[in-house]
Amino acid sequence: MKKVFINGLSAIGAQPVFEGFAPEKFVLNNEETAFCPVQPSYKEMIAPGAIRRMAKGVKMGIYTAHHALKEANNPVPDAIIVGTGIGCIEDSEKFLNAIIDNQEEFLTPTSFIQSTHNTVAGQIALEMGCKAYNFTYVNGIVSLETSIQDALLQLQFENKKSILVGGVDETAPTTVHIYKKVDRIKEYRDDEDFMHPTSKGTVYSEGAAFFVLETEKKENSYAELTAVYSSNALSKEAVEQFLEQHQLSFSDIDVLFTGNDGSTQNESAYLAFEAYFPESIRAMSKHLSGHYHTASGFALWSACHILKNQEIPAVYRRNQLQKSKLGTILIYNYDQGNHGLILLKAC
Amino acid sequence: MSDLKEELKSKIISVLNLEDVTTADIADADPLFGDGLGLDSIDALELIVLLDKDYGIKLTDPKQGKAIFESINTMAEYITANRTK
Amino acid sequence: MAKVAVTGMGIISSIGKTIEETFHSLVTETHGISKTDFLDTKLKDSRLFGEIKLSNDQLAEVLGLPADHPYPRTALLGCYALREAVKNAGITDLNSCREGFINATSVGGMDTTEQYWTSYKESTEHLRFVMNHESGNITNIIADFIGLKGFTTTISTACSSAANAIMLGARMIEAGQVDRIFVGGTDALSKFTVNGFNTLMILTDGYNQPFDQNRKGLNLGEAAAYLVLESDALVKKHYRKVLAYITGFGNANDAYHQTASSETGEGNFLAMSKALEEAQISPEAIDYINAHGTATPNNDLSEGRSVLRVFSNNPPEISSTKPFTGHTLAAAGGIEAVFSILALQNQVIFPNLNFVTPMEDVAIRPETTLKKKDMKHVLSNSFGFGGNCSSLIISKAE
Repeated sequence: MKKVFINGLSAIGAQPVFEGFAPEKFVLNNEETAFCPVQPSYKEMIAPGAIRRMAKGVKMGIYTAHHALKEANNPVPDAIIVGTGIGCIEDSEKFLNAIIDNQEEFLTPTSFIQSTHNTVAGQIALEMGCKAYNFTYVNGIVSLETSIQDALLQLQFENKKSILVGGVDETAPTTVHIYKKVDRIKEYRDDEDFMHPTSKGTVYSEGAAFFVLETEKKENSYAELTAVYSSNALSKEAVEQFLEQHQLSFSDIDVLFTGNDGSTQNESAYLAFEAYFPESIRAMSKHLSGHYHTASGFALWSACHILKNQEIPAVYRRNQLQKSKLGTILIYNYDQGNHGLILLKAC
Repeated sequence: MSDLKEELKSKIISVLNLEDVTTADIADADPLFGDGLGLDSIDALELIVLLDKDYGIKLTDPKQGKAIFESINTMAEYITANRTK
Repeated sequence: MAKVAVTGMGIISSIGKTIEETFHSLVTETHGISKTDFLDTKLKDSRLFGEIKLSNDQLAEVLGLPADHPYPRTALLGCYALREAVKNAGITDLNSCREGFINATSVGGMDTTEQYWTSYKESTEHLRFVMNHESGNITNIIADFIGLKGFTTTISTACSSAANAIMLGARMIEAGQVDRIFVGGTDALSKFTVNGFNTLMILTDGYNQPFDQNRKGLNLGEAAAYLVLESDALVKKHYRKVLAYITGFGNANDAYHQTASSETGEGNFLAMSKALEEAQISPEAIDYINAHGTATPNNDLSEGRSVLRVFSNNPPEISSTKPFTGHTLAAAGGIEAVFSILALQNQVIFPNLNFVTPMEDVAIRPETTLKKKDMKHVLSNSFGFGGNCSSLIISKAE
């Protein structure tokens, strides 16, 4: 099987990550129930004529896609694949509110167009003039995972060489309000940390992360992206089989990166999964990025830097195990019935 | 008529989210689409709603917009002749 | 060359709740375009729709769901069609092999979200529906309904979504990643979508007329349809009856405009060309084109031009079946794959209803009556917003 490498990446999230990997600048927030992203200035790279209508998810997507490609020396991608849990939800809300408030009168197309799930992938293609394969996955917590799975399918089986893949999600005020009512987002938070959740609901946020996956290993490659797995059911045997397919056992995983989202609802799934890996360094990132459907992009972005630097910053750690070499990282996410795994190796 | 033209310019800037444009930047005879202000077909649909909402003019065929939205002058003339509010 | 067996299919649209009803409507030229009975929209007086004449309560009853179920209409239609597909394929050993479900939807559970949006904000009455707005949850509801455990995903590429689901499923079987996979899409009519299309001024006030000089736009419809794809090994092992084969697929982006197609239909051209390349057949081998044919001025022009380019100005018989069902968005590629398989199984080309006057700019003359023809390969097009263009080639089972 052909190996696949991550040769470029870029992220925007609740930490100043678009500037590069600087965990010393990360700020822990144990008070708020929603984090705001630290955003770059988009005007420098997107023309004013185009930017005026763009949803924030589109802007985050175009920015990170552009920078990930730039880092990989601007290949012409054979495919653009985007994952998003709920798409450009802010414009969805705008259009829905307009329909209801104006009784279906005087509606304008812009927010409708921006609301369609495939708008981020479409506008990236439009900005780049890229006529290649273009796909959008909208599958909850594993939206990015299935996007990567498609990219691997093309790189490993279909002779493709370079693929742009990423995840993006937005927050919007009414969605946050309603998600609080159904215990998806915490109503209150008072110094409650992600390590020890005591209440239902996550801490919500938004962000984007894009990656350039290629079959060629380059000097600046971050990591080998070995495999992805997603399913609506996951047993210990299934995880074991998945690892075996890649000649690994539980104890070979140096760092287990889990998507603990600060809610008591999903904590048992994460604890059960963690228990399979008593010998691994345990790490997490949603206390930094907040939870959103494609927050595994933030985790993957972090894991790439950790493998490249061979050092795991304290801010990510859940235990204090030490390893002489960081060779393998497994990222696990779970929510609403969906399980996702991303397996990375140092290269 | 000149009041209407000024009104149209500020409405266009606000409806189309033309952040870096001021009313002074738009001359009455300048083309709004293509080389002028650079508006496109989605903007034309937005302007059709503007005609309906603010001036009570309903267009049923987007092609009609082409002549009407040529410039601030043509827009103002059409609105003056057809407005119902 | 790809060759992935289709061993079952299920469909529900405004022209039928079973394969048999659907085929009967197609051959008797019975369309399903009407005034709406269920969709509560201000546009109901001025627009016609391909609405399925079953209320949510009726659908829930047919599916054996409790009255207080939390399922949007999109999920109900999907459950119905996937159950039909499983039945049609005669599958009794679900979860016995590496299985998956690839679903497609454009707006997920928007039909209930828009109905209860104000209530969500102000009361607690309908909150059970909230999370089922998410497209991924629609997919899991449908997978759970038939009891499928395995790989599930959801594709949302506007009007090409279900064609992309079929394409991905075929590719995963080809790569040996799954043994059996259910692929297709579901979309219910919603005020959100109907008004969205209305703001783009591409809804006709009458019946849609694909490829007609005087076409005025589309009718929106709702539907769900799924195919069962199986690996050769599984087909042989279980002596499965093969209905047809997926032999080609192509995906490209037009990269021209957020909603409109380029004048030349570059993305369409690339998608069709890639599908032919994948199937390793020349354009002359295509016996029938089931066109995207939405009847918007823009689509039919660019699709027509790109078809003429792919087929060197000599295309085979072509028709759009959207006058029967309306444009069913994320489900369209699924129902049209079913229609293409029915065409191959029965060796008939379904008519392009409502066609009167040929287009002046493009020499495309769709079939207007039911036509018998010996056919091996059908090309099915699905082109969507965001520049998403997909083509499938479906071939006759030997």
